[in-house]
Amino acid sequence: MAWKTIADMSDEKFEVVIVGAGPAGAVAALALAREGVEVLVLERGDFPGAKNLFGGILYTSVVNELLPEFWETAPVERHIVNRRWMALDEDTQIGLDLKSAKFDVPPYNNTFTALRSKWDRWFAEQAEEAGAMIICETNVEELIVEDGKVIGLRTGRRDGDVYADVVILAEGANALLAERAGFRPLMAPRNRVNAVKEVIALPPEIIEDRFHLEGNQGMALEYFGGAVKGTVGSGFIYTNHDSLSVGVGCLIEEFLRLNMAPYDMLDWFKAHPMIAPLLRGGETVEYATKMIPEDSYDSLSDLYEDGLLLIGDCAGLVNPSIHHEGTNLAMASGVAAAETVLAARKAGDFSKARLAEYRARLEDSWVMKDLKRYRDTVHFLLDNRELIDEYPDLAIRLIRRYFTIDDTPKDDVLKELWKMIRSEVNFLKMARQMWRARKTML
Amino acid sequence: MSIDVREYLKPHKMLTLEERLGLVKRRFADESHITVDQDAFRADEQKAVLFMCPAKVFELNEDDGSCIVNYEDCLECGTCQVARRYTTWNNPQGGYGVTYHYG
Repeated sequence: MAWKTIADMSDEKFEVVIVGAGPAGAVAALALAREGVEVLVLERGDFPGAKNLFGGILYTSVVNELLPEFWETAPVERHIVNRRWMALDEDTQIGLDLKSAKFDVPPYNNTFTALRSKWDRWFAEQAEEAGAMIICETNVEELIVEDGKVIGLRTGRRDGDVYADVVILAEGANALLAERAGFRPLMAPRNRVNAVKEVIALPPEIIEDRFHLEGNQGMALEYFGGAVKGTVGSGFIYTNHDSLSVGVGCLIEEFLRLNMAPYDMLDWFKAHPMIAPLLRGGETVEYATKMIPEDSYDSLSDLYEDGLLLIGDCAGLVNPSIHHEGTNLAMASGVAAAETVLAARKAGDFSKARLAEYRARLEDSWVMKDLKRYRDTVHFLLDNRELIDEYPDLAIRLIRRYFTIDDTPKDDVLKELWKMIRSEVNFLKMARQMWRARKTML
Repeated sequence: MSIDVREYLKPHKMLTLEERLGLVKRRFADESHITVDQDAFRADEQKAVLFMCPAKVFELNEDDGSCIVNYEDCLECGTCQVARRYTTWNNPQGGYGVTYHYG
């Protein structure tokens, strides 16, 4: 499909203009266009998805409502039937392994691997087919604000001012427009992760053999603790159809603390004896990076202003816990924004008071319920580092010792283990941490 | 098509950062979309942007202690500005910069 790249938009007025054609923006465009709303999407890349990145797992509950059985035609890679969460030290791994045939039938646990350059492009095409207008290669430089109300956008094009009843910002994790207009708190080393990723090509047969998969089955492996030098972060391997997505993501504050470059963390992870064998024979075909927002629920801005809504990553809608969900929150916020705009349009009122319905819709949904549940996760981990370095390390040594065969009587082994625990753990402190971990992380 | 499995038993070839950057398709703008407040950079003892940027865009000029900005290498994550506010990052002009093939 040829994206519209040249348009004289001078003094154009649309009902809705959306900044960014990622999952959040495209969902909002699709939902609005289906109701006959005149909607324009501005995208700075050559095509939707050209500049987009994630680790590799697309959560598709929202997509499946909008486009039932999308997996029949959409460019998804594999559906995830097997997940592993593992802690590493320098030479050992322990972990939790979940594999289920229940995830092997539609809707596949709403969990697919994807590559964003392909997925976002396809998804934006669905919005376009529904009637949304998408213009690419267009950078939005600033919001046009009049009497405190957002009335349009200044683009990088000649005579490129565009006006709208309501603007929806879906500009992503690097939320320049929202931040500079004062509509969100400053991005900071404590609320932004830097993630780097390589796409490593391997034939499907090798992937299926190596990861014990059949057909379109896929696997998601996440690594903590020593995998990322005991930082607040993780490493990952996700199986695509004929490649692996391999990467690490850590809080920017953690890289600053260690004086360490993200690509050095990635190389450390890839070279680990538990990881390297999984990458054998693979050829790196792309290197990419992005920020991930980990704004706590407590520091989110209103997300609605006069004539403006914030959705997806730029609003800070990512679940920072072990669930690592982002795309589904982005898309759910896109739907909530679209429904709010439809109601506002009916009332002919795009004021801040009217658009507050967006926040109310999010608060009523799993989106804000989850963000509330995990509001303290990141700060809790930063303040209780034992949970990501010392405790996983001790658990690894305990389990390894328990199963080490060296003709020590098991009674003596158990005594050794208790001695290790007693000498390394402050029980009162750990009990308190576990209690709080249950409330902030589970 | 049959596969020679032995080909895929060899160790994965680790690439240098330069080799990795060479894999990414980019269209270079004439002007830098990143600026650095040089006084603040000189005052930053950690010189954080030198290692924090995943594309190693920032380079120390050993002669005068200033920061060289190789903006052509930028992968557009925006991390520099979050790590140190003495960098100012703007989106490259529409249609310029990175285009990921996989993403």
